[in-house]
Amino acid sequence: MIGLPLVYLLAGLMFAAFAGLSLADRENNKRLGNAAFWGLFALSFLAGDHLGDLGNGLLALALALIAGAGQLGVGVPRTTSPEDRETLAARYGARLFIPALVIPVLVLAGSLAFKRLTLNGAPLVDPKQATLISLALAALVAAVLAQVMFRQPAVSAVQEGRRLMDLVGWAALLPQMLAALGAVFALAGVGKTIGEIAVMVTPADSRFAAVAAYCLGMAVFTIMMGNAFAAFPVMTGGIALPLVIGRFGGDPAVVCAIGMLSGFCGTLLTPLAANFNLVPAALLQLKDRYAVIRAQAPTAILMLIVNVILMNALAFHA
Amino acid sequence: MLTLLGVAVIVLGFALRFNPLLVVIAAALASGLAAGLTPVEVLAAFGKAFNTNRYVSVAWLVLPAIGVLERAGLREQARRTIQSLRAATAGRILLAYLALRQIAAALGLTQVAGQAQTVRPLLAPMAEAAAEPLSDDDRQRVRAMSAATDNVGLFFGEDIFLAIGSILLIVGFLDQSGITVEPLALSVWAIPTAIAAFLIHGARLLLFDRTLKPQAEDAA
Repeated sequence: MIGLPLVYLLAGLMFAAFAGLSLADRENNKRLGNAAFWGLFALSFLAGDHLGDLGNGLLALALALIAGAGQLGVGVPRTTSPEDRETLAARYGARLFIPALVIPVLVLAGSLAFKRLTLNGAPLVDPKQATLISLALAALVAAVLAQVMFRQPAVSAVQEGRRLMDLVGWAALLPQMLAALGAVFALAGVGKTIGEIAVMVTPADSRFAAVAAYCLGMAVFTIMMGNAFAAFPVMTGGIALPLVIGRFGGDPAVVCAIGMLSGFCGTLLTPLAANFNLVPAALLQLKDRYAVIRAQAPTAILMLIVNVILMNALAFHA
Repeated sequence: MLTLLGVAVIVLGFALRFNPLLVVIAAALASGLAAGLTPVEVLAAFGKAFNTNRYVSVAWLVLPAIGVLERAGLREQARRTIQSLRAATAGRILLAYLALRQIAAALGLTQVAGQAQTVRPLLAPMAEAAAEPLSDDDRQRVRAMSAATDNVGLFFGEDIFLAIGSILLIVGFLDQSGITVEPLALSVWAIPTAIAAFLIHGARLLLFDRTLKPQAEDAA
């Protein structure tokens, strides 16, 4: 069965190639740091399941130390100049969009089709991982297609991948690191403590105050933990079930649906939601790490107010 | 209460702009130690979760394809396409993208677009091209707004889809509390918020155009 291990192997090989090319990049004066960083990340993908828990912890620590010591530079692989690109764009025109569109089309087709594909009655592709496997396959097909259609050198896929990866730098690992932090926080009972505090400060005698406390609590908790999914059980169990639903008779479907969306307002405001808020700032080469958060903050705050109003207006039928 | 030290470390670390990877490890240590774990136990728990969450980083596999396309002129072609459209403004392009992203997410197609595969190679260059000539500061703002629009569209579209993780989490949690809720009931109640998000962020995008063109307005 094709499953995550194959995807991890592919990712491991890609990062190993980034590490090798970084090492050979004499124009990058931090090439050793880059090589070590992407090399360790490759090791995590290739051998993570054999390193043991402590081994993986040390690996994560080493990655953080390399990044924290400022040992990551930006490699400069030989690529086309802006003038070349204008010429190429004029030559190839709208055909350039085709490989870019192949990615979503294949992700969609794979997500749907892989679940039905069987070999001797057993699923050929792990149905739980259909989307990730489709994404890996789509990325591979699009890279080869782009290389063939536009006659790019064979090494360009890895070199160009490394060029973009170096722009993202340490931010690339932040989502995974934050997921691991979430697990440690859960182990230490951080969420439970925040929930207890939220319940303590919630006024119990006003319906509107309970609704507002639940929505704001979801947003603030999400800002602190980086994830609305971590906030939901704590806030709903602590405030929504006993008060908004229990005492004031709110419709659970309305309360929970809008409660979760209030949490999403928090996601838009926190650097801990790294893959949405910090990674794009790196990808787009923004000078301010928090520029994306600043751009979406007015929308997030207005939406939080709207959610409080909507829950108050829609959840109480009687 | 001491376990909240980890949260304090996070807030301070990010506010003071220390390297976030170091901040994360320090926060894990602070909360873990406060909860009575040894440093080795914290590191092992962290490592275990780091390893099981590798799938989060699989999305980087799209970078080689995007990189080759950039090498062959994709961003330039995105710009050329927009420059041939007279009615295009940054705000209108982002508004159209917001609508597409919200609708696609509502149909469960959350993976069809994203920051690496859509915003950097296509959306941001298109929005920039429509707003040219741009000052450096405004260029940064257009890019940030492009990324923000992708997020807003995704977040306030996906909960309309029945089988998304957050809906399943709500159904499971309520079920444990003895309350039965159909996924459809939840996704229906995500629609008012989705419409409000489109109106609010959409209005901001149209107003955004005006903030980009003070010189043009002065001339007129």
